Amino acid sequence: MNIKYDEVDKLLTCQITEEIDHHTTEKIRRILDDEIERYIPKRMVFDFDKVSFMDSAGIGMILGRYKMLRMLGGSMEMINVNSNVRKIFEMSGIPKIIQIK
Amino acid sequence: MENKVKLELMSKSSNEAFARIAIAAFVSQLDPTIEEIADIKTAVSEAVTNCIIHGYEEKEGLIYITCVLNNREVTIEIKDNGIGIENIDMAKEPLYTSKPELERSGMGFTIMESFMDEMKIESIVGMGTKVTMKKVIK
Repeated sequence: MNIKYDEVDKLLTCQITEEIDHHTTEKIRRILDDEIERYIPKRMVFDFDKVSFMDSAGIGMILGRYKMLRMLGGSMEMINVNSNVRKIFEMSGIPKIIQIK
Repeated sequence: MENKVKLELMSKSSNEAFARIAIAAFVSQLDPTIEEIADIKTAVSEAVTNCIIHGYEEKEGLIYITCVLNNREVTIEIKDNGIGIENIDMAKEPLYTSKPELERSGMGFTIMESFMDEMKIESIVGMGTKVTMKKVIK
């Protein structure tokens, strides 16, 4: 996972570089929660360019981080989402609350 | 033409990726599209994750997977000897989860149902659960 923080824009960018399932989300969640608590970003961008697979574990992972960011006054968006991953997000209604670019 | 494979694996989350990749590799002899393979991988991943989290409640157990190819039809059976499901209708409801504390979305069965052509759940409380899914490769 590649994580970058831009202090000026208070922007946290996170590129996930592995498949997202129940096994990998435990680790991803732990790392992201630490980063969010450390920086309290105004904006968070999830880059899915390197995510070749995601199952429903990704829905819970994204929603959990979204709730945390909202509580801290930040917003979230997702970029480079391929069609298979998008299909999972669409089934869960996530695009209604989180912007997918 | 009929072909069949059987897998038996420990209920460890690190086996989720193995299970979906193994089944995808077996099905690939029917020359499916990238989308069909992605659908099957996702459905297998959901079912195996259910065995681990719900069937065995993250304790040790065995998961049994059988995959049969018959002409263009793929049948995948995923079984555990775990705690079983008390109310299958409720478990199938979109967004219902018995484990919200784990950030589960409650979309597992909904995804299996919509990514595959058919899905059937058989479960006996205290004995285990079997999910059978079918998909025709076009």
